[in-house]
Amino acid sequence: MPRTGPETVIYDVAVIGAGVVGTAIARTLARYELGCALIDASPDVGTGTSKANTAILHTGFDAKPGSLESRLLARGSVLLRDYAAAAGIPVERTGALLVAWTAGQLAALPGIAQNARKNGYLAVRELGAAALYEREPRLGPGALGALEIPDESVICPWTTPLAFAAEAAGAGARLLLDTKVTGAEHADGPCVLATTRGPVRSRWVVNAAGLGSDVVDRMFGGDGFTIRPRRGELIVFDKFARRLLRSILLPVPAARTKGVLVAPTVYGNVLLGPTAEDVGDRGDVATTAAGLGSLLGAGRRILPELAAEEVTATYAGLRAATEHSDYQIHVDAGRRYACAAGIRSTGLSASLGIAEHVVCGLAEAGLPLRPRAVPPAIPVMPYIGEAGPRPYRDAERIAADPAYGEIACHCERVTRGEIRDALAGPLPPTDLDGLRRRTRALNGRCQGFYCAATVSRLFAEFRGPRHGG
Amino acid sequence: MEVDVLVVGAGPAGLSAAAELRRLGAGRVLVADREAAPGGVPRHSWHTGYGLRDLRRIMTGPAYARALAAAAAAAGARIRPGTTVTGWELGESGAGGAPGPRLALTMTSACGAETVHAAAVLLATGCRERPRAARLVPGDRPAGVMTTGELQQRVYLNGERLAGRALVVGAEHVSFSAMTTLAHAGADVVALVTSSARQQSYAAFRLAAAARWRVPVWTSTAVRRIDARADGAGRGGPGARARLAGVQVADCRTGAARFVQCDWVVFTGDWIPDHELARAAGLDIDPGTRGPAIDAALATSAPGVFAAGNLVHAAETADVAALSGRHAARSIAAALRAARRSAGAGEGAVPDADASAAAGGGPEPGVRIPVRAEPPLLWISPNVIRPAARETLPPRGRFVLRAGEFRRLARLEVRQDGRLLARSRPVRLIPARPVHLGAGWLPRVDPSGGPVSVFAP
Ligand SMILES: Cc1cc2nc3c(=O)[nH]c(=O)nc-3n(C[C@H](O)[C@H](O)[C@H](O)COP(=O)(O)OP(=O)(O)OC[C@H]3O[C@@H](n4cnc5c(N)ncnc54)[C@H](O)[C@@H]3O)c2cc1C
Ligand SMILES: Cc1cc2nc3c(=O)[nH]c(=O)nc-3n(C[C@H](O)[C@H](O)[C@H](O)COP(=O)(O)OP(=O)(O)OC[C@H]3O[C@@H](n4cnc5c(N)ncnc54)[C@H](O)[C@@H]3O)c2cc1C
Repeated sequence: MPRTGPETVIYDVAVIGAGVVGTAIARTLARYELGCALIDASPDVGTGTSKANTAILHTGFDAKPGSLESRLLARGSVLLRDYAAAAGIPVERTGALLVAWTAGQLAALPGIAQNARKNGYLAVRELGAAALYEREPRLGPGALGALEIPDESVICPWTTPLAFAAEAAGAGARLLLDTKVTGAEHADGPCVLATTRGPVRSRWVVNAAGLGSDVVDRMFGGDGFTIRPRRGELIVFDKFARRLLRSILLPVPAARTKGVLVAPTVYGNVLLGPTAEDVGDRGDVATTAAGLGSLLGAGRRILPELAAEEVTATYAGLRAATEHSDYQIHVDAGRRYACAAGIRSTGLSASLGIAEHVVCGLAEAGLPLRPRAVPPAIPVMPYIGEAGPRPYRDAERIAADPAYGEIACHCERVTRGEIRDALAGPLPPTDLDGLRRRTRALNGRCQGFYCAATVSRLFAEFRGPRHGG
Repeated sequence: MEVDVLVVGAGPAGLSAAAELRRLGAGRVLVADREAAPGGVPRHSWHTGYGLRDLRRIMTGPAYARALAAAAAAAGARIRPGTTVTGWELGESGAGGAPGPRLALTMTSACGAETVHAAAVLLATGCRERPRAARLVPGDRPAGVMTTGELQQRVYLNGERLAGRALVVGAEHVSFSAMTTLAHAGADVVALVTSSARQQSYAAFRLAAAARWRVPVWTSTAVRRIDARADGAGRGGPGARARLAGVQVADCRTGAARFVQCDWVVFTGDWIPDHELARAAGLDIDPGTRGPAIDAALATSAPGVFAAGNLVHAAETADVAALSGRHAARSIAAALRAARRSAGAGEGAVPDADASAAAGGGPEPGVRIPVRAEPPLLWISPNVIRPAARETLPPRGRFVLRAGEFRRLARLEVRQDGRLLARSRPVRLIPARPVHLGAGWLPRVDPSGGPVSVFAP
């Protein structure tokens, strides 16, 4: 949406950061009579850490009991499960197995089960080696037992913030993308945010800026935390590997070494990762030979047959870690400012819990919340998972609209109709990566050998002449 | 829909097979291709060099594609572009993952999602180049990194111009082809890099490259890392995808690394068959070619399912793929005839490649002895011997192999359970170039023996 002239509106709430946390907050605020702005430096929503993670909908069984993270994760994962069902966000309840490979790890399982119960998660169950191999016959040799967490699930990390943002926008929230917040002035009256696209005025401000949240926090007088990016590299295996496992295979956490996990994805691939490495640069999402090498080594031990399958993609994400172990969430009533930061490795799962918590905090600090007479509708997103029906298999849909029978991206079976729909949708992609996150086009094993030329042609065609070259 | 033969893929292999099937009276032949036009890879390979061994003329890729499509259509095959074969409908007996006795495949096109029933299926789905991620090249993920397949389609089908400096990874035939495409698109090719000690194309290609474009080949050089531009929005941080800054290359012998600025990187060669349907059917997969395991008749492990072209030898030239398609067509036609004969006598409409051979008694039908390529050989095709049909020769009367190393004079040895079956004349091994092995030793294979191995001692 092109913006003309400086922003003259005064928003009730401006949310900085359109990752999964910021969009969840915007979507929760949208249920009340409020004028909201959702601001992001990027031209699209969900392009930060929210797009590059392990995509697990955690139950929070392993959180630190009593922490804010534990509480919001438990709440958030339940909320998100229901929301996903309503919005068509792909989720598969695969369950997870925390696999013990050493006597020490085996001995740790009862404690972890106890911890889960303290977190209010009661469904954990111990499995002996025989039962474990029956469940996961392709597991590498030497596993001694496991803890089963039946509600751990995998989710689509791309559709989630898109659904939240679409819901907020549908209820009138203004999306100010490609807009970086560079400063904040708070005299009396509304706060004036300095941005790369001119000032934005708002009575309340929420900081959900992920890796940039400490910088934004300093604009509001904060100095309680510093982001220390911790990079996680991941390997996506070919869909042929999907048959090798049923559940998410988690490592037993240890004090020093953080193991890697193997998990199915909702797109039908297998993920291996992540590594954990502190990096200085907040933009350094490069993969490394050492990182990929260590993952492959670990993968071979966990699931030996993985080694024979092709790698479809590699990527890295940055956890917004801080010097604190818990989330950094607080509300400053005086400055009419809320901060939702330090959400290191569970923000996708906890997003709706965090949003609820932040909005309650704002209300307590004085933000008037009047529910809308008609609550905004939960948007129904195009389904891009592998477990449910896809347009290319839907004879009726193709009969009604042949564009759903024209497969453009062969590996992922994405049709011309879906590409057209994405570009006609309420939040159209601004580049091929945005299209990829909305449709899966270009995401498959050929990485563009067959389809990149066709898909980019369709992208330009459906984007229309408005955008020129 | 009911057909006699469903050919999956309208590349040189599929189209040549379709024409031959019709000529041999195989009945209703349907060729499905998921692209908008038939022809396979040659459609977007505008340089000349196609058709030598099959059509005995040399022409450009698109002209060759058109010629093959016209010949198949003229012979009476039905060609359906824009039609993807999406999978197998597994019958009751297909519980083990193998197609049931009636072959049923699902297809999607603008006309709908439908099921095709066929007495025989030929998989001719070709191969592709392994992309950067599969080669585990680390670094950033900027735009501007691609394979030759993508490059050719962008340049020749979309008419895109590519300004700036380009680096080609690989130094085999297809790498030189990528180089000419880049030059055609306006890019300035900096070099071809290969971790191999020598380039692997014909001297003519290399000399032409050196003379016409002054493009050097950097041998013993590995691509270590891809770097995105640090300016502006980017390195995966907020903003649109960053552009390529360049790559870090290293000397494989000394480890000395350096940065090469470029705007495009094209990963070439390093082929893998497009074996999705083969694997979905649970066909035996050959560990060397990674395509379906096939015998000399190009029959796979599932009755009625055959495979040809670059799916079974990634990658040979188009004319070789075409001849392999014709060869498969002859096997399919024979199997269909045999099936019709026995259908007269009783049940069982699916043609079994064994049916014709088994009619005359002889070794157990159904026995399949694997043929393995031992290092430094990478693969051999065909890679199964069916004692019941030992008189069937492979396409062009010989086996084709690939080596992973250079050898000046190697004598290939064929052994079964340690017993020497054959020793070839001295051959030169060059990675990415075909090596051939005669088939005269086939009758010496012990039908009840173990796997056959081919060595290059
Ligand atoms: C390797 C890895 C694996 C993970 N696995 C999981 C998992 O399995 N399950 C799970 O629940 N969580 C997981 N996480 C964590 C999860 O991804 C994050 O907690 C979550 O994405 C954080 O969302 P966010 O909205 O806070 O941050 P982000 O998605 O980073 O969003 C912040 C946004 O703020 C914008 N921004 C920053 N500064 C400014 C500014 N000054 N002006 C304007 N905009 C600005 C950025 O552009 C960005 O879009 C994982 C994380 C990593 C790195
Ligand atoms: C850059 C480049 C340059 C080359 N230069 C030369 C040259 O100069 N001379 C030469 O002789 N050879 C050349 N080759 C090699 C030549 O193109 C191949 O040998 C030949 O195309 C192989 O034929 P094929 O039929 O096996 O496979 P392909 O040509 O790859 O055809 C396979 C077809 O199957 C279709 N398909 C796959 N899966 C499905 C499905 N599920 N449903 C429907 N359709 C499907 C595809 O769309 C495709 O059209 C070159 C190759 C490349 C990449």
